[in-house]
Order: sequence, then structure tokens, then C-alpha cells
Amino acid sequence: MKNSQDLVEPSAPGIGTGEAEGEAERAKRKRRRLKVAHPERCIGCLSCMFACSRINTGRASLARSAIKVKTQGGLEGDFAVVVCHACKDPPCVAACPTGALEQREDGRVVFHRDLCEGCGACAEACLIRAISLDAEGKAVKCKHCGACIAFCPHGVLEMEEVED
Amino acid sequence: MLRRVLYIDLDKGESFVEERRDLFEEWLGGTGVATQLLLEECPAGTDPLSPEAPIIFSIGPLNALFPAMTKTVATFKSPLTGELGESYAGGRLAMAMRFAGHESIVIRGAADRPCYISIRDDDVQIKDARSIWGIPATVVGYILRDVETGVGRRSIIRIGPGGERLVKYAGVVVDTYRHFGRLGLGAAFGSKNLKAIVVSGTEDVEVPDSKRYREIYKRLYDTVVQTDVMEKYHDIGTPININVLNQLKGLPTRNFQESSFEGAEKISGEVLADDYLFRRVSCAHCPIGCIHIGMLKTSFSRDHEYEIRKISYDFELIYALGSNLGVSSPEGVLELIEACERQGIDAISTGVVLAWATEALERGLITPEDALSVNLQWNDVDEYLKAIDNIVKKQNEFYSALAEGVEAASERYGGREFAMALGKNEVPGYHTGPASIVGLTVGVRHSHLDNAGYSIDQRAAKKPLSPEEMVDAIIREDDSRGVYNSLVGCLFARAVYTTENVIEALGSVGIEKTEGELEELGRRIFDEKYRFKRREGFDLEAAPVPRRFYETVSAVGMIEPETIEEMMKIYRRRRGW
Repeated sequence: MKNSQDLVEPSAPGIGTGEAEGEAERAKRKRRRLKVAHPERCIGCLSCMFACSRINTGRASLARSAIKVKTQGGLEGDFAVVVCHACKDPPCVAACPTGALEQREDGRVVFHRDLCEGCGACAEACLIRAISLDAEGKAVKCKHCGACIAFCPHGVLEMEEVED
Repeated sequence: MLRRVLYIDLDKGESFVEERRDLFEEWLGGTGVATQLLLEECPAGTDPLSPEAPIIFSIGPLNALFPAMTKTVATFKSPLTGELGESYAGGRLAMAMRFAGHESIVIRGAADRPCYISIRDDDVQIKDARSIWGIPATVVGYILRDVETGVGRRSIIRIGPGGERLVKYAGVVVDTYRHFGRLGLGAAFGSKNLKAIVVSGTEDVEVPDSKRYREIYKRLYDTVVQTDVMEKYHDIGTPININVLNQLKGLPTRNFQESSFEGAEKISGEVLADDYLFRRVSCAHCPIGCIHIGMLKTSFSRDHEYEIRKISYDFELIYALGSNLGVSSPEGVLELIEACERQGIDAISTGVVLAWATEALERGLITPEDALSVNLQWNDVDEYLKAIDNIVKKQNEFYSALAEGVEAASERYGGREFAMALGKNEVPGYHTGPASIVGLTVGVRHSHLDNAGYSIDQRAAKKPLSPEEMVDAIIREDDSRGVYNSLVGCLFARAVYTTENVIEALGSVGIEKTEGELEELGRRIFDEKYRFKRREGFDLEAAPVPRRFYETVSAVGMIEPETIEEMMKIYRRRRGW
């Protein structure tokens, strides 16, 4: 497309590739989170959801996507793009009875899939409904890898640093 | 890969799933499979509106997996033409079918009272729809959204009053802004007392080699969004063609009496995009966002009170309800589009039928009494709105005839020479030259999308093509689209999905095909469609071309009947008929 302002330029190394960074590298800089910068630009194509599941689980799936594009009143209405807010004091972690969701010292929340028993308490605790359960009943939680950003054709998504 | 066909029997009120691996292995999916299912399910000579006539939906192996692989194909016996009915829609249906785990759906029989079908994965229920019978297609969407589950991943397809009342060119509205528009699938729904189908699922698709899949996906995605290949669909959208065709003298105007329209600029894609477009949306899993939605703001009091309507527009609709009716105001065109949306009738057919009726009244073939005093005249939007209402209600003999299609109406009242149908289907908006006429006559899909004859004409307008070259191009396009429509991709992305890319994409999901195999498959699919067409009485030799085509200058000058005859001869020879 010609109008390049609509296109996403990956803004930082590692963003959009879905590849994990090394621990040491990560510790050097501030915690980053995925931000829905321009929700009103969403066209509801769901490419971000398919990117999330494809890159993180190797499947084409909506249920395994940690980013969620919701319709409000069908395609005539506005789209709502829901992503994990990367809370400072995350209620999902507090609600998890098995330690599957764990907050690290740098504030990041990691998910241990093998520990998840699918009780759904995390999903319930998250008011913005950013956590869901997949077909196997395991939690689907955004890890703020930014893989979806490269697959949004309208620049809805960005990474930002979390202010402490 | 999924290989399942869901059979739903409305007579018995039951459903079952069958594995049809054989069918998908041989015919790939989409139209290849749907044509076979139609041949299996539809007895020869069946009345298209009888319970014996089936409705079939099918998706293909790349749907929900790759960008712009967004379509679902429906096959049925067309109530309008009495032969092959084939229609495509985008929206979210292909994705929903994929995740529900049904690559094809076959609907048999007819319900004894209004019903809708709710499909959630393997749970299929036939539910009472008496309370929503008679309700506009637009409103039924709101209602079912509230009573059904699966928000954000479902598809709701439904008919309006046009389908219920068996208007022969009624369509099925898919997720509000997309349609199985052409050839009367809506009437087939209506004849089965079927108001709507809601599909949702929770499955996901595993691929054999996810690394390869990701790589090919990325490449195709980048091609779709970062090159010019699809630019025209993204920016102004298909209505960019209003000005383009107008300048070429290929824009049908006032029932093809002219091929350029003095009001074209006012209803052009550029004006709509600048002054009315307020949003673009996408089919599920397509980053283009070609669905252009215009906002029609109408004041209903002096106190700055407004009605706001959100109406999706495209080239064909602006031709059919704009230039072809002499309508030169964007508001008028949007209002007429919205009326078709509400009633659930095909906009192209409606426009062509109204254009014929306008001319027939002008020429005294029908009387003002026939028209129930609706003053059908060019550019009179309010009168056209009344006429649309009368057609759907089949108010009298004349409007009932209009509800049968333009060819049927002209058989009854005269004016065949300006009843703009080919193969009994009202023609799309291209008076571009002989390739368009021949393409629509021989094509298997009977829309401008079967072999893109108009695009061959446009090439010929720049650099003349011989009849042989044009025919060969039509055949190539028809055959290759048989494969693409089996995938089932959006034709706007056909330049992205080159044969090489299709082979790679199929390979990444575990289907190995060679170029030769795909070519052969395309030809066989075409032959199978002709098998159905001929079985139901289609005769290419007898297919009439309305004289009007020869009376109005086209994008390549005047078209001579001899040129068409010659091309048809070459066509039959090339096909080996």
C-alpha cells in the first residue's frame, strides 16, 4: 500500500519477530508492554489474533490468542481491542491458586502452562477480560512479546515502556 | 486437515456429520467440492424452490489459515436461471465454518414453519424463527446476536423479506455487510422456511510444519499489505471504477442506452470516499479492509435531529442503482442500496430490473396502472424506493413479474432487446466490449467474477486483441479460477496468490500439488459445472444476447454481433464442443 503511515515499522529489535530475548538483555531495560495505541483504527481483520496464535502456538486459532478483538454490536459497531494491561500489582497472579501465574522481580508476569489447572480464577479476576481459557482449559495470557504488532495493517498496536 | 461434511435435514429436523476425505482429496475444497455435492444432492430437473433442491456451502484448505482466504462458496439450483447457482460471500463465515469443524454444509428438505439453524461446533439445532419472520435482514442480525453465543468468532447469515417472499434474485446477507448476492440463494432459503444460520466454533487448526507455515504466511501477508497489488481495493475501493469506466465509455447508463454518465463524478468512488466514507472494515483474516461503509445522515426535523445509517457500498451497487438508473446523488444511491440490504435482494439484479421497467414505461410497454402509479423515471429515487417495496410484496401482476427477473418480465411484457440479462442473470456494470459479453455468457458463475471479460476488454482498449486471444484469455481465467475458488480465496487477492504461491501455501498445510495437477483440476471443475448446467437445460447455442449491447458504444467502440458469434464459435472449438 502506498500510504506508508498506515504501515507498521517494527520499532525496536526483537519486536515482531516473536523471538524470546535473553534474560540479561531484558534486565537492562525497563519492562515493556503491548499497548492498544489507536483502537479506533481497527478494521476487525483479526490478523493480530491469528499472529498471536500462529507465532506462539504454531496454530491458526482465535481461542489461543492472547490479544482479543471484540465486536460491539456486530460489524456495524466499534471494535474493541483487548490486551493485558501488565498491571503493577496483577490480580490474576493473586487469584491463581497453583502458581501458574508468577510475577518476577522486574514486574513481568510469566505463565507456567504445566501448572495451570484451568480453574479460570485469573480470567475472573481480570476486569478487562484480557485472560481467557483455550480449548484445553488452560489460561491464555499475553506475554508482551509484540509479535502481533507487525501484523496489524493499521498501526493500532505499539510497545511502550511501563513507568514504575 | 478437516474433511467433514455436515448434513442438515430440515424435513426430519436432524443432522449428521460424514467424513468425505475422498471428495476433498479429489476436488480440493470450495467450489470443486460444492459442485460435486450439488451433483450428488440435487435430482435432475428439480424445481429450485422445492424441498428436494439442496443448499450447499463449502470452504477450502486455506480458509482461516492465510490472509485474504476469506470466502465461502454456496452452490444451489438457481431460482433465477434454473441452472447452476453459485455465489460467494466473505465476512466471517469461512472462519466460523473452519473453527466449527465443518468444511461443507449440506441443507436438505424444508421446514414446516420458519426456522433458523444454530451450529456451534458439533451441536446443531434447528430453532423456531416464527418471531423473526418478516423482519428486515439488517435487524435480524441484531436480534440473533443477542440470543446466540460466540461473539467475535461467529457468523450470522440471514435473509430479508425478499427471500421469504421468493423474489428470484433475493440474496443472503452475511454479517451485515457481505452477501451471497447473486442468483437467488435468498429465495432458496425462503422456500425452505429458513431465515438464518448462525455458525460458531472453538476448534483450531494445526499445521504439519508450523515453521514453514509461518514463513509462507509472512511472505504472503507482506505481499498483501506492502505492495501495490491490492491498493485499489484498499484506498477508494471498487468504486474507483466509476470514473475509470465512465472515461472509457464502459459505464452502463440509463439501462445501457449510454455508456458514460454525466453524473458519474458526483457518485464516484472519490466523492464517496471524501464525503461519506467513515469506516472500512475487513472480512475475518484479511488485512485489506475493502468494505467501505458510508454514513448517510438525513435530517428528520428542523432541530438538527438526524437519522444515521451505515451503508456499505461497492462499484456494482453504484452502477446498478446509480448510473444505470440515472441517479446522480450519492445520498440517493446509498438510500437505494440500503433498501436492497433491508429487503435482502441483490442490488445488481434490482437495478437492472428497475432500469428495464423505467424504459418499458417510457415506451408504453407497461401502463401507469401496471406500475400502480409509481412514476418510474430516471433519477427519481423516491419512486424507485416505492417500486422496490412493491417488488418484494409482489403487489400486482407487474411487480410479481419484476420479482421473477428481467428476462422473465420482458417475456411477459416485451422489450427483450433491452432486458439486460445474459444467461437469465442481470448483468454487472461493464459495457466494456465483446469479452465481457462472451465471458458472462459462457462463464460458470454468471457474474463478472467468473472470467473477468471486462478486464480483457480493458486490455483490448489499450492494445487490440484478436478474437482468439480474447477467447483464450477467458478460458484461462475461468479454469484457473476454478482452483482459486476451491481454496476459497477473495478474488481481490488473486494477484497475490500466484500458482507458485498457491502451491507453497498448500504445501505448508500438507497438501502437495504440482502446477500441472492444478491446471488439470481447474479444467475438470469447469467441466463438472457444465455437466450440471447442461443437465438442467442450459444451451450455449441458444443463449440470447440483448440487442442493446450492439446499439450503444462500448469501451472498444461499437460491438458487432458477428464478433460475438465468431468468438462463441472459437470458444466452442477451443473447449472441444
